[in-house]
Amino acid sequence: MSTTVTAVSADASVGHRRLVTFTLHGSTYGVSVEAVQEVLRGQMRTRIPLAPPGLAGLINLRGQVLTAIDLREQLGLPARSTDAGEPMLVVVRVAGEPVALLVDSIGAVVDVGAGQFEPPPDTLSGPSRELIRGAYKLEGELLLDLDVERAAAA
Amino acid sequence: MDEMDEIVQEFLVESHENLDQLDRDLVALEQQPDSRDLLASIFRTIHTIKGTSGFLAFGQLESVTHVGENLLARLRDGKMRMTPETTDVLLAMVDTVRELLAAIEADGTEGDVDVTSVVARVTAVLEGRAPAAPVEAVVDPVLDPAVDLPVTSAEVAEESREPVEPEPAVAEPVALEDVAPELPPAVPAPAPVAAAEVREPEVVETVEPVESVDAAGPQDAAEGKTKRNLAESSIRVDVDLLDSLMRLVGELVLTRNQIVRQAGEQAGGELNGAAQRLNLIATELQEGVMKTRMQPMDHLWAKLPRVVRDLGAICGKKVSLDMFGRETELDRSLLESVKDPLTHLVRNAVDHGLESPEQRRAAGKPEEGLLTLRAYHEGGQVVVEVSDDGAGIDPARVAAKAVERGLRTQGQIDAMTQGDLLQLIFLPGFSTAAAVTNVSGRGVGMDVVRTNIEAIGGTIEVESVLGRGTTCRLRIPLTLAIVPALTVECSGDRYAIPQVSLLELVALDADRAAAEVEDVNGAPVYRLRGDLLPLVNLAEVLHVESERSDGHVLIAVLQAEGRRFGLVIDRVLSTEEIVVKPLTTRLKAVGAFSGATILGDGRVALILDVQSLARNALSQEALEHGATGRESTVESTLASEQVSMLIAGIGGGRRVAIPLSSVTRLEQVPTSSVEVVGSREVVQYRGSILPLLRLDSHLGAMSERHGEDLAMVVYTAGGRSVAIVVDEIVDIVDEDTRSRSDIDDHGLLGSTLIRDRIVEVLDVRSAILAADPRFFVDADEADPYEAQLEGAL
Repeated sequence: MSTTVTAVSADASVGHRRLVTFTLHGSTYGVSVEAVQEVLRGQMRTRIPLAPPGLAGLINLRGQVLTAIDLREQLGLPARSTDAGEPMLVVVRVAGEPVALLVDSIGAVVDVGAGQFEPPPDTLSGPSRELIRGAYKLEGELLLDLDVERAAAA
Repeated sequence: MDEMDEIVQEFLVESHENLDQLDRDLVALEQQPDSRDLLASIFRTIHTIKGTSGFLAFGQLESVTHVGENLLARLRDGKMRMTPETTDVLLAMVDTVRELLAAIEADGTEGDVDVTSVVARVTAVLEGRAPAAPVEAVVDPVLDPAVDLPVTSAEVAEESREPVEPEPAVAEPVALEDVAPELPPAVPAPAPVAAAEVREPEVVETVEPVESVDAAGPQDAAEGKTKRNLAESSIRVDVDLLDSLMRLVGELVLTRNQIVRQAGEQAGGELNGAAQRLNLIATELQEGVMKTRMQPMDHLWAKLPRVVRDLGAICGKKVSLDMFGRETELDRSLLESVKDPLTHLVRNAVDHGLESPEQRRAAGKPEEGLLTLRAYHEGGQVVVEVSDDGAGIDPARVAAKAVERGLRTQGQIDAMTQGDLLQLIFLPGFSTAAAVTNVSGRGVGMDVVRTNIEAIGGTIEVESVLGRGTTCRLRIPLTLAIVPALTVECSGDRYAIPQVSLLELVALDADRAAAEVEDVNGAPVYRLRGDLLPLVNLAEVLHVESERSDGHVLIAVLQAEGRRFGLVIDRVLSTEEIVVKPLTTRLKAVGAFSGATILGDGRVALILDVQSLARNALSQEALEHGATGRESTVESTLASEQVSMLIAGIGGGRRVAIPLSSVTRLEQVPTSSVEVVGSREVVQYRGSILPLLRLDSHLGAMSERHGEDLAMVVYTAGGRSVAIVVDEIVDIVDEDTRSRSDIDDHGLLGSTLIRDRIVEVLDVRSAILAADPRFFVDADEADPYEAQLEGAL
């Protein structure tokens, strides 16, 4: 719980990074491994009436109340179908506070280099334009670099 | 030590701490003799001790610190330079201060500690005479045990003995001689005790050697334990540490709830027993940790006499301040939050509440105004009252101001009781300082006070009797972190309602709900013991679907901002102590929740923000309707010496006074509920038929009220009731009977002047008879129900 989190460099294109990957609506996203505190499954969520739709509820993480963020909502993706099973939770620390991100499934930890990075295409629009810093070109797929701070703050 | 004055104790603890710092500073000063910061810090410490010792009449201590201060001042101001000699002298001075403090701690007096030699040495340095070289040798060993307290006794003894032999100079020969012979017997004693006692002989020089030797024996080792040094028996703890302890205890309480619940379900012997013990221990631990954060009210109040005195002088008022319950304890963080509101209330009371001496004389009061502060525990809360015996708040002026400022319409004001009118001073925008000073005299920034108090889960109310004074009452929870709460369910989700807002619970089955939950123009109300209680449906407020479909209605009667309303919920679960977890700003902005908590089963529940609910969900109108009837009976008891009159408007600008003694309550009913029986108008009222008398037609006036509801003055006697319908309720006043004239007319007793207006005094008896001819005849004899029916027909 007390792992110190180094701020994610805003200029993500520089240098070598290690990313925790997860999927949302068939795409693969990544966040810096330093920002990730833990990954959880099947947490009971308490919904928050009147709250903005991106706030998917509150969860109890060992006595701490965490806000859960629905990334699909934040990225403007279609809502999770009910038969898709329980979403996974990626607990990240944003400005020192833990926040839980709802994702479809968890993938591997991937090492990426600056050479693989490209900024988002100009055709990318909508809410995700703000939240995706760019893409790492992996073999056979693109790994989208998620701006955690913005995704959690929206 | 027990009877030692609290001030002295605090002084000792503080001084011991300061001296420890001083030792470090002095040593550091030797390394960097020109450090102004260090010198200034040392100077401050000595200066503080000097000041306090003078105040506490410790003359010896004062004289030592006085010369020390002089020396330090010269050093600080650069008039002298630090030399090893000055350091020695200063250290010697510090040691003497220590001895004196130890003597004070032992028996409350300075004992026979000899200060003259140190004073002489400091003076010598001050005057530029270099002290004799050997002094150094003498001073150092004396210092060691003091600076480095936990030395083992063996070391102390050795070090002390060595310098005794050279024993050349004058400085403190007595002290050293005493130390030397007494120490060897102390060697066999356990180290820490002995070390602590090393200082004793130095200090109490007069103690017979025999006793001192005994003191080192085993019997005194025990005494040494019980008789702890003051500085050792109290420690300063970082508030953050206490906060985190508090959080941990909170978690423990939650876990305890979980375990106790599961153990209860399993009905197993041993687990149940362990759970019970855990329950007890957790409760005690919780109380213990809470106590560490408690501070007496006096911390806040200590500076109020000064505030009151200064403010009184500025305002040209004589004020005496009485304080009761200084020792009442409150969580430290809450104490901080209460500080500003409380100061504000006190200032308000002096500035606006109390009259000038001349006005007081004219009013037949003593010139000196009395301001009373009271603090006490009540029902798990701390109540703080600020009372003055000043002019009181005039509800009529408050009302006028509220109308003038556009906060309320005249119609709303008319429907309000005096008690409600007073609460208007808490409205945001009710007042600015200038405007209020000459109008209502009170209410400067009262909305801020209320906001601050409610932010910490407290409440504020004001009571005032015109001419006799005003009381502001704050109710503050004991602690913020753990609060008793009611957990309820709505649409399958659980919510917590802090008990502090909860008045009662009402459960209605489908039949009763259908009959008793009524409708005022679309706004649902429930008659709670006859008073209309506006209802708020939690599911509607939260935009969720209620899961209750069987027609049952559960109402949590809540109080916020001085008003009551009923919150309709799906299900009541239980009461439990919850630990409040703060919400992120984004969730706070939703406005319905004040925090979150984790329930016994591990689920997160949101804590309802009752104040916001009251503000947002209820239109002010609905709230006032709900409160109208309730207060009237209470108000009638105020100022009972004079005849209290209810002033009602009946149209055409005419006002009628009705003796308050003939008024049971004030009600409002929808115009549509008026039915006709024979030639009389009636309404259904609390399950019976209530005959109506329209006062305007009774007195030959023309009603100007065309609203959807009727204002009724209900009079009940002997099981019978009648309702007098008026246009508007204007006020309740204490009538001055001297100005009454006997010019009367049909249905009137006469007329009188009330606030420069002619008001007709109603002949209540004839009015009641006009509504119900047999009201007085049958009241005693007939079966009330029969009589009522007959009267109605």
